[in-house]
Amino acid sequence: MTEHDIVIIGGGPAGLAAAVAAKKAGITDILILERESCLGGILNQCIHNGFGLHTFKEELTGPEYAARYIEMAESENIPYKLNTMVLDISKDKEVTVINREDGLSTIKAKAIILAMGCRERPRGALNIPGYRPAGIYSAGTAQRLMNIEGFSVGKEVVILGSGDIGLIMARRMTLEGAKVKVVAELMPYSGGLKRNIVQCLDDYGIPLKLSHTVINIEGKDRVTGITLAQVDENRKPIPGTEEYYSCDTLLLSVGLIPENELSRGAGVRMSQVTSGPVVGDQLETSSEGIFACGNVLHVHDLVDYVSEEAALAGTSAAAYVKAACEKKAAHTVELSAENGVRYTVPQMIDLENMEDKVTVRFRVADVYKDRFISVYYDDVRVSHKKKKVLAPGEMEQVVLKKDSFKDYPELKRIVVCTEVE
Amino acid sequence: MEAREMICIRCPLGCPLTVRIEGDQVEVTGNSCSRGEEYGKKEVLSPTRVVTSSVRVIGGDLEMVPVKTKQDIPKDKIFACMEEIRKVEISAPVLIGDVIIPDCAGTGVSIVATRNIEKI
Repeated sequence: MTEHDIVIIGGGPAGLAAAVAAKKAGITDILILERESCLGGILNQCIHNGFGLHTFKEELTGPEYAARYIEMAESENIPYKLNTMVLDISKDKEVTVINREDGLSTIKAKAIILAMGCRERPRGALNIPGYRPAGIYSAGTAQRLMNIEGFSVGKEVVILGSGDIGLIMARRMTLEGAKVKVVAELMPYSGGLKRNIVQCLDDYGIPLKLSHTVINIEGKDRVTGITLAQVDENRKPIPGTEEYYSCDTLLLSVGLIPENELSRGAGVRMSQVTSGPVVGDQLETSSEGIFACGNVLHVHDLVDYVSEEAALAGTSAAAYVKAACEKKAAHTVELSAENGVRYTVPQMIDLENMEDKVTVRFRVADVYKDRFISVYYDDVRVSHKKKKVLAPGEMEQVVLKKDSFKDYPELKRIVVCTEVE
Repeated sequence: MEAREMICIRCPLGCPLTVRIEGDQVEVTGNSCSRGEEYGKKEVLSPTRVVTSSVRVIGGDLEMVPVKTKQDIPKDKIFACMEEIRKVEISAPVLIGDVIIPDCAGTGVSIVATRNIEKI
């Protein structure tokens, strides 16, 4: 069994940023484990631009953004193992891995950073009637097949779900000569960023049908067509609204789920809302010395925020290793998401040991216009900010400063909520 | 006077812009930064986009190298640009920033690689 100070599971944007930050915080014995044959994670297939405006003040493509962090990790001489699959993380931080060089081996870590990202909801999670013909892809799979492997995915396309990957693939397939006939969205609002509706659909005249879903897939060997129907407020198809589209390809962009099989094995407490671990302000999970960041913690819409969050996980893990794992006295306060705020990350703040400020990220449950985002310390409203539009597809944040708590020594809970006035 | 409502696409905020056009005077409101003003003006006068795609690689460690237009190009040249991009094949190795097509489709803008590809 080998031993390392910090073992990072995942070499995507979260894992890389965590590694660089941990190294800068003075930990030299770091190991990144990546199951793919190269670093960079899902960014490698996101060849579109728009990444890095916050971090680098310029517009980069996914591979370019990844390359910046890969260079940082390499110039810091941070070791990594590629083609290496983590099979298990035990409660006492033993990581079981398998690869072609070492076979099955165990690595003992003082601290672990979970950075495994997320995966797409597949067709099986949707219950769409029909056979299982070729031509049904999750949007991210189609993206990988086109952009990295160089396959042509389809000629006549219908997309279900208006998540960002689906919107971006609508543009991508159009540019490659395919006809994208329609994007259907079950909800009465889009799940993607507004800018992507504009530059991926409107630019190319692709219709977006809100409150619509696929009720039938036709074709036995290959998809030959699908039927859309409008849905009512209970998301049930409305008879008489059926519309047939002939197509050879159906792309599904119907949501991302943090990939937490390993976290569960490690006994980490999970959030029902985010499907990621419950964490404190240092991004430590309920298992001591195990930290989480990026899309495994909660699904982000911006990689810049992933990098920022992951850097915090990296410095926190470094501090944990340096403090020789000793426990400090804590005043832990729960954050509670109320009235239209679905969840917060972190879910807890340790007022005693927190940084000068903590960024609390969250999503709302519905589309709201002209609402306020408020923060309460117990029953006292301490912040109240008006937002023109709030939507579930766009992550929001509030920043809590350490010195704002000094007048509340007995604080029991912090509430983040939306308010009409 | 003509007024157009649009969404700024320069960053994920997606600010709702109102662009008023009177003769050659263009006024942008609703933006929360200077990039929004720049976008609003350009979008009514001469809309442009960065185009990204991928190009087949011969003898590399990957099948495809991702590429982009080095600057944004006129919106109506997007498909002409894609025509040229689709015809090209390139031999490994490729480095980020390598010019794959100079002056694509007469736009004066080159197509550059956005990832390193090693030769195998």
